Amino acid sequence: MPALVLASSLQGSAAETAIFWIFAPLSVLAALGMVFSRNTVHGALLLGSVMLSLAVFYAAQDAPFLAFVQVIVYTGAVMMLFLFVLMLIGVDTRESLVETLRGQRLAAAVAGIGFLLLLFAGIRQAAIKSSVGLADVNNPKDDQGNVIPGQGNIFEIAKLLFTRYIFAFEVTSALLITAALGAMVLAHRERHEPRRSQQDQMRDRFKPGAHPTPLPGPGVYARHNAVDTPALLPDGSPSELSVPPAIEALRIERGRNPQPAELGLPTGKGSP
Amino acid sequence: MSPTYYLYLSAILFTIGSLGVLLRRNAIVVFMCVELMLNAGNLALVTFSRINGDLNGQIMAFFVMVVAAAEVVVGLAIIVSVYRTRRSASVDDASLLKY
Repeated sequence: MPALVLASSLQGSAAETAIFWIFAPLSVLAALGMVFSRNTVHGALLLGSVMLSLAVFYAAQDAPFLAFVQVIVYTGAVMMLFLFVLMLIGVDTRESLVETLRGQRLAAAVAGIGFLLLLFAGIRQAAIKSSVGLADVNNPKDDQGNVIPGQGNIFEIAKLLFTRYIFAFEVTSALLITAALGAMVLAHRERHEPRRSQQDQMRDRFKPGAHPTPLPGPGVYARHNAVDTPALLPDGSPSELSVPPAIEALRIERGRNPQPAELGLPTGKGSP
Repeated sequence: MSPTYYLYLSAILFTIGSLGVLLRRNAIVVFMCVELMLNAGNLALVTFSRINGDLNGQIMAFFVMVVAAAEVVVGLAIIVSVYRTRRSASVDDASLLKY
């Protein structure tokens, strides 16, 4: 498969036209969907599909190396990083729909359309007569006009990268190290208080007013067997210690906070 | 097929990306739109490489990818640290320098 991609040239063929007209509308629709989707994860996945279509365009334009790099670096690494951070800072951070600047959306739309028209006019005016194509560059020939085997796009790119662009390539390594260090420094959280040892935790546990024994487990009944159902104390009242505080908060947040009466429990001391 | 179509597509994608930067206020979505703009620029570079028949454009696109990867790492780290202190990923909320 890679040999096929590297050897054959699609440039100017009907296959390229077909590929373009399949993937170009797809990528434009996906890009629009990314801008207008309310759900950030959907936006990230749509951006991933835009990047994959771009990889197809690179392959169709005799840039097989960049096509693979696009898939590996962008859809593989960058998009996964985006999804990772999305999960880290909360998927459901809602965006308010109120315009903070009046008329901002209209102005942005007008500016966007104007910019697009400007770019289109520029491309139309540009003196692009005919494309040379990369068939000769990607398939270097020897003196007799035979294609030298084993030398293709990747070989030629490597030749350029390690001769003419060697300085830029080495500077790139400094850039990557700086970026990695910067990310570590920025994402690092400073510890403000000393680390609590096991001894400190034991002392806290046996302080007056603390709970030295394990907390009671949640109750399990015929109608409610979830972990958010409080256990019953010997006197029949529910124990709020048996429900983890995080689950309790979640239940109240979602409006599912059954009162003891609804559960058929006697109300009394320690009821939620 | 004329390679100019790729340039038009690149212009459309770049404009959509810049519209997203202008319209959206979730920092991560703004960042994804910046990525879209970088990708559109890469498509134009690869197309130029094909039109001119040499590989320098592809090398440029390769370097843009490297820089974009570095930028994503640092930018997302900044977003995470802003979110930690302000509990919000909205670009409107980080306005302390305004006052």
